[in-house]
Amino acid sequence: MKFGVVVFPGSCDDVDAQLACARVADTVALWHADHDLQGVDAVVIPGGFSYGDYLRAGAIARFAPIMTEVIDFAAAGGYVMGICNGFQVCCEAGLLPGALLTNSSLRFVFRQVSLDVVNPETAFTRALPTGASLSIPVKHTTGRYYAPPAELDRLEAAGQVVLRYGAGENPNGALRDIAGVINEQGNVFGLMPHPEHAVDRLRGSADGLGLFASLRDSVSSLVGGGR
Amino acid sequence: MKARVLVRPKEGILDPQGAAVERALGALGFAGVSHVRIGRLIELEVADPAALAQMCERLLANPLIEDYEVLLDGAS
Repeated sequence: MKFGVVVFPGSCDDVDAQLACARVADTVALWHADHDLQGVDAVVIPGGFSYGDYLRAGAIARFAPIMTEVIDFAAAGGYVMGICNGFQVCCEAGLLPGALLTNSSLRFVFRQVSLDVVNPETAFTRALPTGASLSIPVKHTTGRYYAPPAELDRLEAAGQVVLRYGAGENPNGALRDIAGVINEQGNVFGLMPHPEHAVDRLRGSADGLGLFASLRDSVSSLVGGGR
Repeated sequence: MKARVLVRPKEGILDPQGAAVERALGALGFAGVSHVRIGRLIELEVADPAALAQMCERLLANPLIEDYEVLLDGAS
């Protein structure tokens, strides 16, 4: 099993993302200027920055050469996880509903938050214990999740809201405390918090590991079930 | 042809920059200022102005969160 982590000019969490993936699968870096997914079974778009985030976060990266392959891979049912800037890229690419706006405080936030797992049945949360609350850091300036109210209703009804900030912990003004959403098909997941920074108790929390383990289990059952 | 594209946050979307500037104007003593919204101005030279709408939809604006308006300079 092989996971790929996209590296854009400006990515800064790509190494941590690779280390987190390497705990559950073989891991390779996917260079933004290549058109080659190297046969990976899942793609992680990491956090940090991309192409200077000119215009809007993720707006330029969304047209990077590797994204053509990532979008095709997702359309074919491949698993894609976008973390922070990766979430922004996925929204700009139309892989996920909604958009990320400047934090309502206008400030960079960097802190540990608790997250409620709203939907533990997804390909990205299946390995988590029922009713889990995760302690995972956020660090961003553009993390206020937005979608029109009718779309939010639809997402909630369809179980596409996967993670919410715990009560009173919303760091960015995200509508309905949304921290992570999944697409309708259930194979593309984006979240603002950084699970790759929470995979070892020496760094405060290992709660992020469950998301990577879930992805591993989901890929195994795909491979096992003959996709 | 010279063109300007004005990009604004959609009505109803919280614009914290606009709110901060509105408070700052009040603090400077400018009374009666409200509904401050901050957007973006993009100036460009374009051979085919008909392509501008596509440019806005695909890159210059995110239609989910922003409205855009195309102004052609020198159009008589």
